Amino acid sequence: MKAYLILEDGTVFKGTSIGSTREVISEIVFNTSMTGYLEVLTDPSYAGQAVVMTYPLIGNYGICREDMESKKAWPDGYIVRELSRIPSNFRSGDTIQNFLKEQDIPGISGIDTRALTKILREKGTMNGMITTNADYDLEEVISRIKEYSVKGVVMATTTKEPYVIPGEGKKVALLDCGAKNNIARSLNERGCQVMVYPADTPAEVILKENPDGIMLSNGPGDPEENVDIIREVKKLYESDVPIFAICLGHQLMALATGAKTYKLKYGHRGGNHPVKDLETGRVYISSQNHGYAVDEKTLDPNVAVPAFVNVNDGTNEGLKYVGKNIFTVQYHPEACPGPQDSGYLFDRFIRMMEEGK
Amino acid sequence: MPKNPDIKKVLVIGSGPIVIGQAAEFDYAGTQACRSLKEEGIEVVLLNSNPATIMTDKDIADRVYIEPLTTEVVEQLIKKEKPDSVLPTLGGQAGLNLAMELEEAGILKENNVRLIGTTALTIKKAEDREMFKETMEKIGEPVAPSEIVEDVQTGLAVAEKIGYPVVLRPAYTLGGSGGGIAETREQCAEILENGLRLSRVGQVLVERCIAGWKEIEYEVMRDSAGNVITVCNMENIDPVGVHTGDSIVVAPSQTLGDKEYQMLRTSALKIITELGITGGCNVQYALHPESFEYCVIEVNPRVSRSSALASKATGYPIAKVAAKIALGYTLDEIKNAVTKKTYASFEPMLDYVVVKMPRLPFDKFINASHNLGTQMKATGEVMSICTNFEGGMMKAIRSLEQHVDCLLSYDYSGLSDDELKDRLKNVDDRRIWVIAEALRRGFSYESIHSITKIDIWFIDKLQILVDMENALKEAGAGLTPELLREAKRIEYPDNVIARLTGISQAEIRRMRHENNIRAAYKMVDTCAAEFAAETPYYYSCFDGWNEADGTTDKKKVLVLGSGPIRIGQGIEFDFCSVHSTWAFEKEGYETIIVNNNPETVSTDFDIADKLYFEPLTPEDVESIVDVEKPDGAVVQFGGQTAIKLTEALMKMGVPILGTAAEDVDAAEDRELFDKILEECQIPRPKGQTVFTADEAKKAARELGYPVLVRPSYVLGGQGMQIAISDEDIDEFIGIINQIAQEHPILVDKYIMGKEIEVDAICDGTDILIPGIMEHIERTGIHSGDSISVYPAKSITEENKKTIVEYTEKLARALHVKGMINIQFIVNNEGVFIIEVNPRSSRTVPYISKVTGIPIVPLATQIICGHTIRELGYTPGLQKEAEYYAIKMPVFSFEKIRGADINLGPEMKSTGECLGIAKTFNEALYKAFQGANIKLPKYKKMIITVRDSDKEEMVDIARRFKAQGYRIFCTNGTARYLYQHGVVTIPVRKIEQESPNILDLILGHEIDLVIDIPAQGAERSHDGFIIRRNAIETGVTVLTAIDTARALVTSMENRASELTLVNIAEI
Repeated sequence: MKAYLILEDGTVFKGTSIGSTREVISEIVFNTSMTGYLEVLTDPSYAGQAVVMTYPLIGNYGICREDMESKKAWPDGYIVRELSRIPSNFRSGDTIQNFLKEQDIPGISGIDTRALTKILREKGTMNGMITTNADYDLEEVISRIKEYSVKGVVMATTTKEPYVIPGEGKKVALLDCGAKNNIARSLNERGCQVMVYPADTPAEVILKENPDGIMLSNGPGDPEENVDIIREVKKLYESDVPIFAICLGHQLMALATGAKTYKLKYGHRGGNHPVKDLETGRVYISSQNHGYAVDEKTLDPNVAVPAFVNVNDGTNEGLKYVGKNIFTVQYHPEACPGPQDSGYLFDRFIRMMEEGK
Repeated sequence: MPKNPDIKKVLVIGSGPIVIGQAAEFDYAGTQACRSLKEEGIEVVLLNSNPATIMTDKDIADRVYIEPLTTEVVEQLIKKEKPDSVLPTLGGQAGLNLAMELEEAGILKENNVRLIGTTALTIKKAEDREMFKETMEKIGEPVAPSEIVEDVQTGLAVAEKIGYPVVLRPAYTLGGSGGGIAETREQCAEILENGLRLSRVGQVLVERCIAGWKEIEYEVMRDSAGNVITVCNMENIDPVGVHTGDSIVVAPSQTLGDKEYQMLRTSALKIITELGITGGCNVQYALHPESFEYCVIEVNPRVSRSSALASKATGYPIAKVAAKIALGYTLDEIKNAVTKKTYASFEPMLDYVVVKMPRLPFDKFINASHNLGTQMKATGEVMSICTNFEGGMMKAIRSLEQHVDCLLSYDYSGLSDDELKDRLKNVDDRRIWVIAEALRRGFSYESIHSITKIDIWFIDKLQILVDMENALKEAGAGLTPELLREAKRIEYPDNVIARLTGISQAEIRRMRHENNIRAAYKMVDTCAAEFAAETPYYYSCFDGWNEADGTTDKKKVLVLGSGPIRIGQGIEFDFCSVHSTWAFEKEGYETIIVNNNPETVSTDFDIADKLYFEPLTPEDVESIVDVEKPDGAVVQFGGQTAIKLTEALMKMGVPILGTAAEDVDAAEDRELFDKILEECQIPRPKGQTVFTADEAKKAARELGYPVLVRPSYVLGGQGMQIAISDEDIDEFIGIINQIAQEHPILVDKYIMGKEIEVDAICDGTDILIPGIMEHIERTGIHSGDSISVYPAKSITEENKKTIVEYTEKLARALHVKGMINIQFIVNNEGVFIIEVNPRSSRTVPYISKVTGIPIVPLATQIICGHTIRELGYTPGLQKEAEYYAIKMPVFSFEKIRGADINLGPEMKSTGECLGIAKTFNEALYKAFQGANIKLPKYKKMIITVRDSDKEEMVDIARRFKAQGYRIFCTNGTARYLYQHGVVTIPVRKIEQESPNILDLILGHEIDLVIDIPAQGAERSHDGFIIRRNAIETGVTVLTAIDTARALVTSMENRASELTLVNIAEI
């Protein structure tokens, strides 16, 4: 079946429908990872967005469900150049075609994803519609597309109930703002007992359990939208419990302590971004997925100072909080997909918890 | 960390002559690195024995030495030039080995010179098998169970313990020389014996066989601050068991999930960190196809063939960055040369698929074994880029220039299913065609996978290509635009679509244009379009929007490259293409290079204004022409590959710059050329043009045997033979027909004499001849396989005059604008012409360097409309240089099992080196040293010689004896020599009982075999067996009497101290 991708600037791409045939309007973002399409599809941070994969051949190694980063697929839409006709991998249990259908994700294949990426790069992230209806009225559609904005996605992705992953070591409270599984797994592999809380859990509830440390997870959407969560994070900041935060968590902590965030032109999504540890000068290749960043100009140097910077565009990639056992990063040390080079940050967090006692 | 201020003058070591396993990729890396160093204000001293390279140009380095790559030369050079540092990681295995020898001999320390880019310890940890294993064990990286052995008995015991099959790898050899997989004790013993001898340190690794696992490679980089990145990973379609140089390789990996990809990536970074490499490194893995188990196969602590491929596949210039790292910079301080916005500390992301295919030399060695294994056999490779794998495969196939354009190019329809299965088991250069046939017959993916171990993902892609064959056949005249669009998306060329549908090619083309099915060009930008890139490095696809734009007001010239490196068309044509491009740029042109060889300098993205990485077929070039609309194309620098495109370019309406197409044709067409020669009154060996064996025999009888038989329009004398009988003609024409002959066959009288070669530049009126070269071997041996001497020293002034006169006449008659290459025979009857090539030749780089005349830039300026006089040169034969320069062919025979090494009119050498000195004798000595013929060792040699040469051999044998040699001869030769006063030791022939001549060779005490077979097809197999065994046991073998004489002359004149010549000062 034919499908169309209509951008808010009026550009139309014609392709083939994949996954669900339902019509969807969403924010279109691109990801440059060459592997890890399942991890991308199941990353809650993509809630409210449709993802373009710049690598042209997707689905080559099929679907291995144990690699899912959450219980389901989150993107509103999936845009690729080509889906592999057959999957080939010893762990593959299914095809990506089936997976997209099962997850009810509408998508489009057979389009020039590079041309689309260039449009997004030049004009910035924009909204678009994926439809199988050939009789669309462009003008009418565009006005609907323009109206769309990503809203309420943290509460859509967070766990409904708190739960505990047992461990013999440190007790870590993980505030799930749309967390990828590998954050909890990375802590758990290091012996931690991980207590996972819904994003709207009051700080008091968390602190009452006397955690050794608090982990703020990644998550989708505009960070500023989460006013209630930011208020609670502020209390966590004041608690003196060691805190490590990733991505949205990093932004929430910054917002909670008075800094501002802003929307990047087209974000960072992929597995090749260099970040520099300002303390050591070392550069690490990181896994990234964010559309917003912390504005370093708004930092109060008495509260937080930059700890990591993106080598490519100089944007902030991490903060160290003055006088606090708190450090936060914009990128994804839990990888999945992407490079595992920053796994050491979890060790640093463990050490911080040990020293914090 | 900024640049280390203590590094001011660096000695860069090149990789020497092109041999299988060490080819143009090191010229690419070396050139890039030298430019990178000079950019930093470093004074660069360059040492490389290979004169055909761009790196040995005075534009590239400050001080250039084309001298043998020996420790003695390096030591002398260090004392003379006093560099503060030596950079050995760009010269391949040759460079690393030399660095190790320097270090071990204490030469570096003694002269206070440091190694940069690596350390001796790093090299040892990566290259010494035992240390490598220990290092890997220390960091928990798995290697296949193995043990190093130094003798055959221990080796066999270890193999028993590990269990057959085992892989055997000799330490410190290039391209896996002498290695192999042994299934049985007998095979194991055989390979061990050979490998132990070839290893520089007499060690062979006996290892668990992991054949059939996925072979994955990672190119990683590290700086002195410890920052590490991955440039690219690659997946071999042929699983472990076939050398990666002979495998079809795809980048990035296709069948690895993120878990496998990251697991191996992390491992590679751990390894480069532990080895402490500062620069680039290649790590090869075997990955179990059905688990996460993996083994590290090998680490190359230097730039390599794979790193060149990775650079071209991603746009990330590994050698350039490695050179900067060697100076002390860190990755985050080095700009990404493609985006100019980001830094070298990132990992390239591809939004396309890259396919590499090896260029194997079996068209040259028809009788050699085509089997592929752990010993690399490819002389070169092609790369293609597309948005889908099928398209990448199709483009790579037609880039090979081996008369193949799709999966139907080899016909296996005559085989039974069982025979087909046997062929599948047999890994050779045609395996994908065999798989395609199996798919056509409905073999299941599983059944093909179970035999070949090729991942079914790739098999499915081949099935898609096969399905398209059927769809096109079925469609026939009813071909729809939709089907055509899909066929083009997966890169079916128009001519194949035409063949399958029965529609004419012109009609297909018309239908494409009517439906707007045109090639679009996408940019290789290192970042999958995330950042705007400024480097116009393009590939084509049929399913996208065109990005190739941004035209300037300048005139545009299309420079056609020479495709894959193969015997007969090597790196020298890349040298010419690159210099021509630079010259056009200076003339104010916008330059566009089209080429498909990832190993070369020409495909470096900053050589031309635009680079199109595309096959060199008329259709692919036409698509580029449609987009670029060049003002002209230049074909005379890209070897036969470019020349062959002349007609097609004219049809596209692209003016050929320089010599006109009809004149190019006149030089190739027998009749037209004969007419010109007649007009010019230039004699040539009598000959005839024929089409069948019977006509050929008739012609030969009329001309009188011996005759030279050859196909027209070929390079490197492919298929050319000397026939002495009707029987020979039948055999040779049979072979010629095997190499898909479409053109007529030429039969010429063979004339014995001296062979002379001239390269000249003509501006339409005046002719400039930089020099005259003379071959040491008399006629009958291909010029590329002959030792070439400049200036010619043994022909008379009168002959020289005649040669100049003929050259001038011919250049004018052919209206040459630019370059011409002419080969002559001189004997006591006068001067004859053998061949004219209205293009650049193999000898141009070396003649340019020794005469100091920039031949290619001059020719390019003339093509642009300048004249020789205007450019400040006096026409005519130029004054002879003060140096003798001797170009020595270098062969790779030991790598090609079953190839006959006997020299003849068909070229067999893979590379060359140069000896340059004030005296002929010293130049000759250097040339032999450069070719790694370093004698004597054991002072024992064998001579077997045909009757006609026995007389000449007497003096040569006497001179070898005077050098202390004990000479072994078969009875006939021994008797003859004895009668003429040279006492030798008679030895039994092969068919006689042991100990015979073969035992002597296998006894590893022979330095040299001089075996001069009779002309014509060799009917006895003895000579072949002797030569093969000698070559495979590492013995120097000479098959021409003139070469033997030259060798003994060089030995008589060996010097303990050489005079090193800085070419940049000529």
